[in-house]
Amino acid sequence: MDWGSLHSFLGGVNKHSTSIGKIWLTVLFIFRIMILVVAAEIVWGDEQYDFVCNTLQPGCKNVCYDHFFPISHIRLWALQLIFVSTPALLVAMHVAYRRHEKKRQFSKGDQKCEFKDMEEIRKQRFRIEGSLWWTYTSSIFFRLIFEAVFMYAFYFMYDGFRMPRLMKCNAWPCPNTVDCFVSRPTEKTVFTIFMIAVSSICILLNVAELCYLLTKFFLRRSKKAGNSKQQPNHENKEETKQNEMNELISDSCQNTVIGFSS
Amino acid sequence: MSWAFLRDLLSGVNKYSTGFGRIWVAVVFMFRLLVYVAATENIWKHEHDEFECNIKQPGCENVCFDHFFPISHIRLCALQLIMVSTPSLLVVFHVAYRENREKHHNQKLYKNPGKIDGGLLCTYLISLILKTGLEIVFLVLFYKLYNGFKIPPLVKCDIKPCPNTVDCYISKPTEKMIFLYFLVATSCLCIALNLGELTYLIFKYSIKCYLKRHVKKQQ
Repeated sequence: MDWGSLHSFLGGVNKHSTSIGKIWLTVLFIFRIMILVVAAEIVWGDEQYDFVCNTLQPGCKNVCYDHFFPISHIRLWALQLIFVSTPALLVAMHVAYRRHEKKRQFSKGDQKCEFKDMEEIRKQRFRIEGSLWWTYTSSIFFRLIFEAVFMYAFYFMYDGFRMPRLMKCNAWPCPNTVDCFVSRPTEKTVFTIFMIAVSSICILLNVAELCYLLTKFFLRRSKKAGNSKQQPNHENKEETKQNEMNELISDSCQNTVIGFSS
Repeated sequence: MSWAFLRDLLSGVNKYSTGFGRIWVAVVFMFRLLVYVAATENIWKHEHDEFECNIKQPGCENVCFDHFFPISHIRLCALQLIMVSTPSLLVVFHVAYRENREKHHNQKLYKNPGKIDGGLLCTYLISLILKTGLEIVFLVLFYKLYNGFKIPPLVKCDIKPCPNTVDCYISKPTEKMIFLYFLVATSCLCIALNLGELTYLIFKYSIKCYLKRHVKKQQ
C-alpha cells in the first residue's frame, strides 16, 4: 500500500474527467507525488537527526524541534495530497452506482437497454452531464477548498515559505536563548517553493475546469431553451438517449470505484 | 507480505458489500492505510533513538522508554487496522462456501451466491458487529494505555536504574498528537459507518420480511 495504489484509484476516474482534469491528474502525479517520494522525503529524511542546537542540555533539541516544526513539511504535503485526491472518489462512487443500476436493468433484460453485453457497457466513454455534472463539479470545488486550506495552513505555521538557517529557542529545559540550526535549509526552501508553485498551478487548473464546466452548462441550457421552441420531441429524445448513455458508460467504471481490481 | 496484501484481500470483500461498506473500504484505504504508510510510519520511525533523558546513567533511558511506551502507538494502530479488516473475510469465506456447495451439487442452489440474504446476511451482520467492537476495543485500549490521546513533551521517570526522578523528552510530540487525533477521528468515522450499515441492513430486511408476510396473509 503506497502512492502507487492511489495512482490505480485515480487512474480509473481519469477516464471520466475533462481534458483539464486529466492534465490536473498528470501534474498531481508527476510534479507532486513523484517529487515528494523521490526527492522531498530524502531531503527531509534526516530533519530531526541533523537539527543541532548549541547546547549540551538534554531535551533542549527535542523541545526546540517540536516548537518550530509542530508538523513536518513532508507530512503536511502528504496529507494535502491525500485530501486533494479524495473528492475524485465521489465521482467514482456515483459512476459505480449508476453502472450497478444499469447492470441490473441489463440483466433483467430491459428493452430500454441499448447495449449488447456487459463489455460494451464497461467500454463506453462517458460524458459529464445530469447529476454526474453536479458530483463532478462538487468534487472540483472540494479540491479547491482543500488546496487553499492546506496552503494557508502552511503559510500560517511556518511564517511564509522560507526555511531559515538559524532559529533562536528558549523553551524549557533550554537554559537560555539557544541557537538551533536546521539541516539543508536552502534545499528545503527550494523544494517548498517548488511544491507551493505546483500547488498553485493545480488550483489554477481546478478553477479553469470549474469555469469550463459552468460555461458548458449554461451554453447547453441556452441551446436547449432555443431548440425546445423549435423541436421539442427531438430534443427530448436526444436528451434521454444521452442520459442513458451517460449512465451506461458511468457504470463501466465500477471496477474503478475504489480501483481495486487488478 | 505487506499492506498490499491487506489491500488485495479487502478488494475482494468490496464486491459483496453494500454502498456503506464500500465507503468504509474507501475510508480505510485512503484515510487510514495510506496516511499510515505515507506519513505516520516515518514520524514514529526513530522514536526510541530520539527519546532523550536528562541523565547519563546507562539503562535509564531504555527503562523509562519501556515504561511509558509498553507498545508503540504506531504498532497499536497497525494491529487495529489488521484486526478491523479481518471480520470482512467471514463474508468472503461464506460466499466461497456457497459457490463450493453449488459446484459440489452441480446445480444452482442460490440465485446469486454473492447476494446478501439468508445465512450470508447473518454473516455480514456478525462481521459488522465484530468490526465495530474491535474498533471500540482499540480506542479504549489507546485511551487507557496512554491516559487519553495526549502526548506530553516531557515525562518524569524514577524507575531503577535511574538514580532519582529524571526528565525525559519525547521527540515530535505535537506532530504525533496531530496524527493520533487524525487516526482516532477516522476510527470514529468507521464506527459510525459500520453502525449506519448495520441499521440500514436490519431496517431493509425487516421491511422485506414484513411485506412478504403481509402478501402471504392477503393470499
